[in-house]
Amino acid sequence: MARLEVDGIHTAYGLSKVLFGVSLTVEPGEVVALVGRNGVGKTTTMRSIMGLAPPRQGSVCWMDRDITGMPVHHVARLGIGYVPEDRRIFPELTVWENLDIARRPPIDDENGEGWSEDQVFELFPDLKAIQSRQGGVLSGGQQQMLTIARSLMGNPKLLLLDEPSEGLAPIVVETLRDRINLLKEGGLSIVLAEQNLDFVLFLSDRIHILEKGEIQYTGTPEDLRANTDIQTKYLTL
Amino acid sequence: MSMLANPTFLFYQVMNSISLGMNLFIIATGLTLILGVLRVINFAHGAFFMFGAYVCWSTVTFLGGAIGSFWIGVIAAAVVLGLMAFVIERGLLRYLYEREHLTQLLFTFAIVLVVGDVAKMIWGTDQYNVPYPHGLKGAVNFGFAIYPAYPLLLCVIGVVVAVGMWLALSKTRWGRIIRAATQDREMLAALGMNVPLVYTGVFVIGSALAGLGGALAAPRVAVSPGMDATLIIECFIIVIIGGLGSLWGSFLGALALGFATMFGTVIFPDWELVLAYVLMLGILLWRPWGLFGHPEEDSH
Repeated sequence: MARLEVDGIHTAYGLSKVLFGVSLTVEPGEVVALVGRNGVGKTTTMRSIMGLAPPRQGSVCWMDRDITGMPVHHVARLGIGYVPEDRRIFPELTVWENLDIARRPPIDDENGEGWSEDQVFELFPDLKAIQSRQGGVLSGGQQQMLTIARSLMGNPKLLLLDEPSEGLAPIVVETLRDRINLLKEGGLSIVLAEQNLDFVLFLSDRIHILEKGEIQYTGTPEDLRANTDIQTKYLTL
Repeated sequence: MSMLANPTFLFYQVMNSISLGMNLFIIATGLTLILGVLRVINFAHGAFFMFGAYVCWSTVTFLGGAIGSFWIGVIAAAVVLGLMAFVIERGLLRYLYEREHLTQLLFTFAIVLVVGDVAKMIWGTDQYNVPYPHGLKGAVNFGFAIYPAYPLLLCVIGVVVAVGMWLALSKTRWGRIIRAATQDREMLAALGMNVPLVYTGVFVIGSALAGLGGALAAPRVAVSPGMDATLIIECFIIVIIGGLGSLWGSFLGALALGFATMFGTVIFPDWELVLAYVLMLGILLWRPWGLFGHPEEDSH
């Protein structure tokens, strides 16, 4: 089963501890959101899952395998895609080249051949016209589309989406939200870190609020929408 | 100075500049590739060049100078250096990527000393000469002037290597992966790429180019201990003026150094030793990041 189980992870960068026992699960096809202010550990949770910042304690299990401390490229090859906050487009590669190097066959044949450029361009039509442009000259919105498209080329079963709406114009955010929703409807599991509450409420099945490296609240979008106390306490600036 | 008014002499000087430049380019392009991807300043690159020249000499000698022995020597040099690089990277260098640059620098300097001493143990301190290969001992007649065939062929080989590298880097998926590795290795790993394997591949290819360049240089220089000392400096000058990690930058940088060396010795004979540095200084004042480089940005 394509199930992610994070169990009590503690992660630190050098001497500064960031996560203090974060646990969460993602069932197949589920969108689980991590919300909270800057610096509470959303990105670090994703980096811990990906193996970019291996946890010092606790474990990460994916499809019934313990992947804690596994090399990053092995984690990726097991079907976990990473869309980092700062997008990390290869600036001197063209849009098409960015997609091409990420190409990887699906880990099983459930979805047939998997993603091709053509299918990715169907999802993000804007990218098709600019496929020979260098990654470094794209607008923020185009870069965000490309970084998601790029991870799709690796045929992930789980996508770690870090602050996709950050710095984008409202109209672009709306388009992006609908595209991600299409991916969700296609059965992709997603861990979504976000500060934009409307974005989160629209897409998520479950929401965790992080504060100082710990999960302080877990609920459904309906629960959180109704609970303005919690919103004020953890989310307003 | 007045010699430059003589068209035949001028032609000779231009051809010599290009020939030297192309030989240097083949070596420097390996260095810049390693620097761009591994971010390791590899002082051992010059020692690899020297080792390649020795391997070529040994092959030619072993085969009794038979027809084609030089070219077998050239291939042997590239293969031997590629294998040496594989062992060094897998066995030692890869444990130092996370260390500070000083440690890496000391390591590659240690390799310079070790390779230099191994070369002395195998070949002694004698000076060897590799003859021009069969069929290239003569000269080519251009009508208005003649020029020796072997240095002329070096010009052609340099261009072939440059175009071949460019095609490999821009038109193949592996080339695209290598270029991506120069830009963001962590993201490359997160996309499922085995970055350590890319590093090994690049170190092997870069070092094989040093061996190839050494073998090709063998007929035009004396193969002897210490032949790597000035060459490594020249290679770094080329890489710096061209822009770190840039293929066409090292191509232009190598040509510039070739011309500066050949014309400099005629025009400013007293300044011969510093001309390369003056060239570097001038270009860096104009473009601090090199001809084809980019202004420094924060990289991941």
